[in-house]
Amino acid sequence: MITVEELKKIRENTLKKMDLKLHKLQEEILDKEGALNKKLILICGGPGCHSSNVEEMKARFEKRILEKGLIHVEVSIAGCFGLCESGPNIEVYPEGIFYSRVKMDDIDEIVDKHLCENVVVERLLNEGAIESGKIKHVSQVNFYNKQKKIALRNCGIIDYNDIKEYIALDGYQALAKAITEMTQEEVINMVKDSNLRGRGGAGFPTGRKWETAFKYDADQKYVICNADEGDPGAFMDRSILEGDPHSVLEGMALCGYAIGAEQGYIYIRAEYPVAVERLKIAIKQAKEMGLLGRNILGTDFSFDIELRLGAGAFVCGEGTALMESIEGRRGMPRPKVERTAHKGLWGKPTIINNVETFANVPPILLKGADWFRSIGTEDSSGTKVFALGGKVKNTGLVEVPMGTTLREIIFDIGGGIEKDRKFKAVQTGGPSGGCIPEEYLDTPVDFGSLSKIGSIMGSGGMIVLDESDCMVDIARFFLDFTVDESCGKCVPCREGTKRMLEILERITAGEGRAEDLDRLESLAEIITSGSLCGLGQTAANPVISTLKYFRDEYEAHIYDKRCPAGACQALLEFYITDKCIGCTKCARSCPVSAIRGKVKERHVIDTEKCIKCGACMEVCPVGAVIKR
Amino acid sequence: MKFNFNWEGNRNKIQKLMDFMKENRSKKGILMMALHETQDLFGYIPLEIMELISKELKTPLSEIYGVATFYSQFSLVPKGENVIGVCLGTACYVKGGQDILAKLEELLAIKEGQTTPDGKFSIDATRCLGACGLAPVMMINNKIYGKLTLDKVEEIINSYR
Repeated sequence: MITVEELKKIRENTLKKMDLKLHKLQEEILDKEGALNKKLILICGGPGCHSSNVEEMKARFEKRILEKGLIHVEVSIAGCFGLCESGPNIEVYPEGIFYSRVKMDDIDEIVDKHLCENVVVERLLNEGAIESGKIKHVSQVNFYNKQKKIALRNCGIIDYNDIKEYIALDGYQALAKAITEMTQEEVINMVKDSNLRGRGGAGFPTGRKWETAFKYDADQKYVICNADEGDPGAFMDRSILEGDPHSVLEGMALCGYAIGAEQGYIYIRAEYPVAVERLKIAIKQAKEMGLLGRNILGTDFSFDIELRLGAGAFVCGEGTALMESIEGRRGMPRPKVERTAHKGLWGKPTIINNVETFANVPPILLKGADWFRSIGTEDSSGTKVFALGGKVKNTGLVEVPMGTTLREIIFDIGGGIEKDRKFKAVQTGGPSGGCIPEEYLDTPVDFGSLSKIGSIMGSGGMIVLDESDCMVDIARFFLDFTVDESCGKCVPCREGTKRMLEILERITAGEGRAEDLDRLESLAEIITSGSLCGLGQTAANPVISTLKYFRDEYEAHIYDKRCPAGACQALLEFYITDKCIGCTKCARSCPVSAIRGKVKERHVIDTEKCIKCGACMEVCPVGAVIKR
Repeated sequence: MKFNFNWEGNRNKIQKLMDFMKENRSKKGILMMALHETQDLFGYIPLEIMELISKELKTPLSEIYGVATFYSQFSLVPKGENVIGVCLGTACYVKGGQDILAKLEELLAIKEGQTTPDGKFSIDATRCLGACGLAPVMMINNKIYGKLTLDKVEEIINSYR
């Protein structure tokens, strides 16, 4: 077991070895003279890049470096850099050169040119890292320079499998400070003053929650980290757990100290095997060092953390359903007669917070509540991590101060819409959220503003939709999800969502009826007000928001039997344009012989026979077959 | 598909599971962990093993069955040697995840949720795999394949044949 003094020593000793990594926090490109002899190759090991065998890439780098006889080069894998779109990503320090889409075969060139001759391989530079011939430091790349990192502060810098690197960057200092210098009340007050709100979606003030559990007398209390990140299109928590697992462990221990709990659980979904592995390693290291377990840092405070795996039930992201699941039952929500801060897991006071919330706690304790409140807006302090996905150029992970507008996130950081198509909407908050149209793009992103325009902040998934996405189909997609994931306990959710889905399926199949829109609206009201838990209460949001902002699309489906976005297969017609060269390929590939035409003449599709399989479109060599 | 549980051939695995339960008996809420362990060991959750767990934990079989069927990751039938999960999260959906699934179903001549007759592949439609930056994606035995195209899918499947 280590003492506070030893912790400080580890910090200082490791920091010395990390001098190159700290260049990541700098903003200037060093000139050749200023550059050190030592170099660091940092490889992104985030969820996206990891799939490209980063371990093999590291080995290849090391092999070539050895062949070239270079001695002062270190190769290291770190957590997610954020810009998944251009992965696999690699950075070279101290210069801060940002290479993207690096393939196995490019590695030798980077070593030979960059490391041996000090010549940047421009061909591999990230598109954003070069502007009118000038090479930019990675932190000056547009994708990064508007971001502010608190929850992701160590992601992409430290080696996630090395507790010492976490300690070097102030890790476990907040815990040491809290348990040796602060009372439980002081910790709670600091979190309360910081105005930190739950990052899982609902935005409940974290400090107030902790206080409730602290004041409730019980022989045993629990801390749960909700890592059941189920919203489709969300991978913030995954990236934090994989890139900086100790920040979550430390946050949980701080919560344990504040409320008086000795046992914590991380409930993580089984779809994240890499995160589970890295968490296991992190917990083991923390226990070995005495930063988890009995008498932490020689004090009276003891705290242990256990991992519990989910098994693919979205509803388990709901607090009480999650507790049922940990207790070994079907994950069905409990009626909220009593607060979980009073009666939660095994009937004991329990604090359940999201991954990102816990990751925010250590910096607050170290830098103070005022510092945290100075970032973000009045209503929502600090930053928020978003997973930017869908039809946006720079898909990836971004962390911005609360109050940043949707436009800044999607167009400045995200780089705008893929293939330069037209923006249509952004979907936030997953199945509980809504679609926000163009006219609200200048809305600042915080808890209050998004709910005012019919969506929610949610856990941070942000899916950008373009003109080719049908809003009715998107609503159908989410309802399909909720119907599947509804646990079946309460009637409004179980039956109501099913009826809504049936109506939406009818509309997208071209069989919509005039009364359908009214029915959808009244169903939405009943499901929202009558469901037992958050899943049901928000299940209608995707329908409500698309009905509000894209009613004309619903009407086009119902009255004109037409899908304006050209996405609903049943409402499409395939058509051969004048471009047709009469090669007969389409006619030969049509499974129902619906295409007629002579050689070297324009062919014609018999729309009555056509089954809309799209085979003709696939085989046409000149792109003459279109959907309309 | 009908199959018989091989008691003799699975003796070692059964012993491992029993050891696991003995070791962790003091932990609360052990049922979920036991089911995960069962699925890891056997590749699915055999009814015969649920009966064993029921005796060991003194929990009614009906309750264990209820839990096992509630969670979509638990399977009561054997999976293929290579488990393919096609992501149908939002990001993948808008980028054509459905087409990827259709292509796989065509290539392997099975439907989602089924296993090929030779036991080599099974296809599942999964929830968001959290690799949205690479959409559309699929996962084969915990390895993620991203930025898929229909041609790529065929290539990848062939590499597993």
